[in-house]
Amino acid sequence: MDYLLTDEERMIKDLAYKIAEEKIRPVAAKYDQTEEFPWEAMKVLAQSDLFGIFIPEEYGGMGLKVFPLCLVTEELSRACGGIAVCYAASALGTFPIILFGNEEQKKKYLPDLAGGKRLAAFALTEPEAGSDASAIKTTAKKEGNYYILNGLKHFITNGGEAEVYVVIAMTDKTKGARGASAFIVEKNTPGFSFGKKEDKLGIRASSTRELIFTDCKIPKENLLGKEGMGFIITMKTFDMSRPGVAAQAVGIAQGAFEIALRYAKQRQQFDKPISSFQGIQWMLADMATQIEAARALVYACAREIDNGIKDIAKDSAMAKMFASDVAMKVTTDAVQILGGYGYMRDYPIEKYMRDAKITQIYEGTNQIQRNIIALQLIKEMAK
Amino acid sequence: MPIKIIIEKCTGCSLCIKACPFDAIRILDKKASIDLNKCNLCGACVEACKLKAILLEKPQPIPLAKDIKDYKDIWVFIEQKNSKIQPVSYELLGKAQELAKKLSCQVVGVLLGYNLDDQLDELIWRGADSIILVDSEKLANFQDEPYTNVLVKLINKYKPEILLCGATAIGRALISRVAVKIKAGLTADCTGLDIDPERKILLQTRPAFGGNIMATIISPDYRPQMATVRHKVMQPMEPDKKRKGKVIREVFDNSSYTSRARLVEIIEEVESLVNLAEADIIVSGGRGMGRAENFRLLEELARVLGGAVGASRAAVDAGWMPYSHQIGQTGRTVSPKIYIACGISGQIQHLVGMQSSKIIVAINKDPFAPIFKVATYGIVGDLFQIVPALTKRFKELKAKGR
Amino acid sequence: MNVIVCIKQVPQTTDVKINPQTNTLIREGVESIINPFDMYAIEEGVRIKEKYGANTTVITMGPPQAEEALREALSMGIDEAILISDRAYAGSDTWATSYTLANAIRKIGNFDLILCGKQASDGDTAQVGPGISSHLDIPQVTYVKRIQQIKDNIIRVERMMEEGYHVIESPLPCLLTVVKEINEPRLPSLKGMLRAKQAKITVWTQKELNLDPQHIGLSGSPTQVIKIFTPAPRAGGQILSGDPEEIAGKLLELLKSEIS
Repeated sequence: MDYLLTDEERMIKDLAYKIAEEKIRPVAAKYDQTEEFPWEAMKVLAQSDLFGIFIPEEYGGMGLKVFPLCLVTEELSRACGGIAVCYAASALGTFPIILFGNEEQKKKYLPDLAGGKRLAAFALTEPEAGSDASAIKTTAKKEGNYYILNGLKHFITNGGEAEVYVVIAMTDKTKGARGASAFIVEKNTPGFSFGKKEDKLGIRASSTRELIFTDCKIPKENLLGKEGMGFIITMKTFDMSRPGVAAQAVGIAQGAFEIALRYAKQRQQFDKPISSFQGIQWMLADMATQIEAARALVYACAREIDNGIKDIAKDSAMAKMFASDVAMKVTTDAVQILGGYGYMRDYPIEKYMRDAKITQIYEGTNQIQRNIIALQLIKEMAK
Repeated sequence: MPIKIIIEKCTGCSLCIKACPFDAIRILDKKASIDLNKCNLCGACVEACKLKAILLEKPQPIPLAKDIKDYKDIWVFIEQKNSKIQPVSYELLGKAQELAKKLSCQVVGVLLGYNLDDQLDELIWRGADSIILVDSEKLANFQDEPYTNVLVKLINKYKPEILLCGATAIGRALISRVAVKIKAGLTADCTGLDIDPERKILLQTRPAFGGNIMATIISPDYRPQMATVRHKVMQPMEPDKKRKGKVIREVFDNSSYTSRARLVEIIEEVESLVNLAEADIIVSGGRGMGRAENFRLLEELARVLGGAVGASRAAVDAGWMPYSHQIGQTGRTVSPKIYIACGISGQIQHLVGMQSSKIIVAINKDPFAPIFKVATYGIVGDLFQIVPALTKRFKELKAKGR
Repeated sequence: MNVIVCIKQVPQTTDVKINPQTNTLIREGVESIINPFDMYAIEEGVRIKEKYGANTTVITMGPPQAEEALREALSMGIDEAILISDRAYAGSDTWATSYTLANAIRKIGNFDLILCGKQASDGDTAQVGPGISSHLDIPQVTYVKRIQQIKDNIIRVERMMEEGYHVIESPLPCLLTVVKEINEPRLPSLKGMLRAKQAKITVWTQKELNLDPQHIGLSGSPTQVIKIFTPAPRAGGQILSGDPEEIAGKLLELLKSEIS
């Protein structure tokens, strides 16, 4: 399907495709196995200016927005969902600074993030605060010119590898959700350490880790926005980043589909390629249609954001939920098409199925997405 | 316009389209039309057209200063390293003898180097009718400029009709430089040489597009007709110790030996015990080897067989083997008697570098691996079981043979 | 220092297919790329620029669409690009090609180092690089796998040979042809691509170069292609089966006569 990309968008997509095919696909299996952080791949993305595409030009970026970011994430995910998420998670950690940072904060952090010299991460989730984000227990207590952070974040993507963290902590517990604030915390700040690195089902190239704050003292200048804005910042950040997760899902689905299609044409059974059997043909047709529908939804949503359309919570939830469900379905079918080979680790396809699963879970589970959609529908009815 | 369609004669029959190897012809308004950006002026369409509707203005042979009739004999540039004749030179002498019979001429070995007297008999026994020797300490090791100067002077003096040289690192650098200086036609990396029985000119056949097509090339109006020739393709003669030949010694003034570039040091790499290009047997490993240490299995087999170890790009990129072992488009081209591909899927870029091998054995656990399409013998299975079993068997065979 | 990189646009060889009915190359839809070996030459040029400070120029001879290849080189960090394009140069063999390129380089003038890929992936001749240095009468080093240093107008390089390598020093100007081992080409950057998209490419035709007609194009080429054909495909082989021991035994029997 032709999405009428501009020359610039096409250029970005082609470059990301090239990087994915030449630099990422060949190492995808290795990182999946070793769970090392893919610094080599991050360096390539940095050198190609891809970390800067969504950062304003005055801070060393390309001044483009969410849609190009989605194009890149999709192309990278076609080759490796794990490496793609390292990239996308840095964008997630950068958005709050772009959206709510003051001039000093932007000047201090964005140029390095745009150049890929440092990676960013966003830290909200805690052991007891997953979908219920208002239950976070990490606290930030103001003392003179500093805030003192205490608490534990977990399942933090890019944890341990990123150098710039945006951390959500309670500045006033009595106010519930309205008592949360967002802080920029740099790696190597005394009192800030890393806990266990998770052993994951999929996206194993990415690092998922605990962040531990023990009387971690940060200058008050590192507060993003104002005290109490923590949840607004979170929501607005997720509104921007959800199409990225959705694009990741589309890319994973597309990558798996291409392998399945190629295999179906090549694999002979009963003296015919299995692609000549209707059972396989219908599976392929359904897979391709679902991917295209998901892509259309994701692109439309990303373009809405870039064109300043407000209230995109519902649309971005729809894109994330639909695309990730498609990714799970398509990758499962792709494994099925490869049959016994598909189940083996020697073939690249089972990895796609493992990588796909997380897209239904993180940045708001698909159940939470449905809540958001339903809530918006009801609100709209009430108008 | 060097090529054109005579519109009046063209019937739009499309025979020329089928003949065009470059897909440069289309039928527009029922007449053939040539896209000159694609056309290579090869003339295939001219021959295919039954109506003689395509006109290729063959270049007017430039009135040459040199009369090509003055040129005679076949020269073989004899390559030496460390004062040792390289095997490819014997292969070329063998081929040159075959060609010389068709032209009723002599085969001359041209040898540049230092302290080579003890090697001259062998050259004659293996096909040289005579030898031109330039023996100087300054030529001990190959250097582009002095070798070019000397060879150009010899060619101008003796006027050979044909000059053959191995398509080696040295050969390709040297002969390209020489061909430009004397304005001669040069064909690279030939795998087939013959004489046109009527025109008595050299037919040079070589692979192009990575071996996907073959081209036969001539150089009818220029002398000498020069070609570099791939290793291991031509057959050397059995040494015939009764053969006699004369040795002509040439000496040049010092200026011919000077070189602006200076050879500082020669580093022989221990890992390449057997020269890949010259090896009769190559055991090669790819992505399926899994890790660097596993190449020891291949080294063992290669040692038993007296062969060399190669690697695919995937294995080199993974850092398991040094680049000097890489076979394929971006590495070396080899054509051994036996090529054993272990855990190599057989991407076209790899096949390009080895598909002229006489026998290809492929061991791969993926039955769909493209390598099986070119393999003489295919083995679908675990190389980690099969390679040691092979090593054991061949060891036994060698032990029995002794 | 002025560095000139010579490149060629080639079909992406993996995609070259042969039509089994007509026995011809199917070129339609085949993507054109920069010859893979030339990518190493471009990268090395950019690295020299970064390390020693240099002005870098990329040149190619080919049809108008070869401009794409030049823009790609610009996107990797090369400063300027020149396209040599004229129907008069069509049908050039390696002699005429190197003559034309050498004269274009003369016209650029004031060069210190010329970099070429080892060979092109369509023709595989490896003759044009040495041909250029021969026409220009400058020193050459082929198959360079490493540039050790450039100092006091002398370049010191490692040249790959069959059994190891030679260390060679040459005064500048000189010409190098490079092999894969020399570097890993970078991918273009977005900023580089945007710059390349807007860059002006100099085009030189026969009018600008005014070369001797006896030395260019088809009539300047000593060699002629008289026949193009598809090699007989390798016959599909025999699949050996059994347990590893059995297979080894079978293979031994088959190969015995070949192993002396």
